Amino acid sequence: MMNKLILGRYIPGDSFVHNLDPRSKLVASFYFIGIIFLCNNFLSFGVMFAFTLFAIFLSKISLKFFIKGVKPLIWLILFTVILQVLFSQGGEVYFKWGIFTISEFGVQNGAYIFIRFVLIIFMSTLLTLTTPPLSLADAIEYLLRPLKVVKFPAHEISLMLSIALRFVPTLMDETEKIMNAQRARGVDFGEGNLMQKMKAIVPLLIPLFVSSFNRAEDLAIAMEARGYQGGDGRTKYRVLHWQGKDTMVVITFALLTALLVFVRS
Amino acid sequence: MDIRFEQVDFTYQPNSPFEQRVLFDINLEIPSNSYTAIVGHTGSGKSTLLQHLNALLKPTKGSVTIGDRVITPETNNKNLKPIRKKVGIVFQFPESQLFEETVALDIAFGPKNFGVSEEESLKLAKDMLDLVGLDESYMEKSPFDLSGGQMRRVAIAGVLAMEPEVVILDEPTAGLDPRGRKDMMDMFYRLHKEKGINIILVTHLMDDVAEYADYMVVLEKGKIHKKGHPREIFSDVTWLKEKQLGVPTATNFAFELMGKGYEFSQLPLTASELADELARDLKAGDAHDE
Repeated sequence: MMNKLILGRYIPGDSFVHNLDPRSKLVASFYFIGIIFLCNNFLSFGVMFAFTLFAIFLSKISLKFFIKGVKPLIWLILFTVILQVLFSQGGEVYFKWGIFTISEFGVQNGAYIFIRFVLIIFMSTLLTLTTPPLSLADAIEYLLRPLKVVKFPAHEISLMLSIALRFVPTLMDETEKIMNAQRARGVDFGEGNLMQKMKAIVPLLIPLFVSSFNRAEDLAIAMEARGYQGGDGRTKYRVLHWQGKDTMVVITFALLTALLVFVRS
Repeated sequence: MDIRFEQVDFTYQPNSPFEQRVLFDINLEIPSNSYTAIVGHTGSGKSTLLQHLNALLKPTKGSVTIGDRVITPETNNKNLKPIRKKVGIVFQFPESQLFEETVALDIAFGPKNFGVSEEESLKLAKDMLDLVGLDESYMEKSPFDLSGGQMRRVAIAGVLAMEPEVVILDEPTAGLDPRGRKDMMDMFYRLHKEKGINIILVTHLMDDVAEYADYMVVLEKGKIHKKGHPREIFSDVTWLKEKQLGVPTATNFAFELMGKGYEFSQLPLTASELADELARDLKAGDAHDE
């Protein structure tokens, strides 16, 4: 069920992208999503596309995985694109029927939105495929730190985030296990009408919640027993290192932005 | 009920970057009325194999015959319920599958899913509770108020209540105290002997294998390495030690004695066999002295 989802999984590797500092990757990904809205003609989209492909090439991960990552979202993308194509007006009109018009601008906007979606998904897939979840949590903690000035609980948030990330696979396994156990006892998941489907989920949800409570209690006790008292005065085991290539990424993005501003119309 | 594996291969997440082949060309026959033990290191594919036994997983190649049903890669996911009723699985740490308000309702949940009436299934629940060694006062308790060991018993009762013809046990006694372990294993053995229920036991405890099983399968890295009567397989103590699979305590002791020049007519598997052998030899020795 979850097996098809590529977005959000990590493939270990040793490449330029893998070895980047998670902070630079995280910021770069968000920045990329920001500047993609600068694009407003085919040349600028072409620049972004080439850049994304180059980044994927640097990660040494096959393009196939990225295309697979788009697949689960393809209906959402197509839906948006079709709405855009049918309801935008302007430029030469190719086809008109009632409230639906297919016009030059509509088709163009549809194509832009399609590329925009695909590029954003490619970039975020690249981020999660090349960065272990815990490094991401570290990066988020670091980036949230300035907010401490306004009493934002950066440490607590990042602790919750890293615990949550750590337990995603465990909970998935647990879900799978309980599902199997209940199927062996004659439960049909995903069959029958909506009411029956919802009823079938009860024997899965209750054990999951109960085991999460138990797990939380055990984990809290284990943490206390090992001397955890909150974020103040703690040192860090995993220290992030900003290297020359991270600076290079920043410079590349600055150049890319400049190029985009130059080629957009 | 006979279960037969023919050239079964299984791969998790086939055709994806996370593809992982777990079972390789499994050929196996588990005859009716047998007590089969499946052993192997962690990650050898035992749990994957046993999920094939009631069609929770379907082979990616080959076929599994369960009674009169043949499961192939093309088999539809519908209409598998009759198989699930006949083959009950007690998963590792089954207490995590409890969810109902009361113990009675939880045990009755399985039978009800297979169409047994409310009254009938509650009656079954009572019988099963008795079978796993809890008294009637537990019927109306919440399963979450029980101790770990009692929860385990309730979960097992829930599986047995479906009255399966084959019971699969995935390390049923992990985490239980010695007394609870013995009671539980003896109960399964009784079910096997008295009701002719097929038992398939996955375990790391070779003493249990030696004590109860009459057929044994050794899995390694997704392949069947050896199968046969435990006596045959345990007779090769050196091989087992090499593979770090473990040897029953009694057999190990006998093996050490043999190293000191002692001779056995046949290698004992259990403590009582060992005691018999030793006693016989001692008697023979007495006779010799006179």
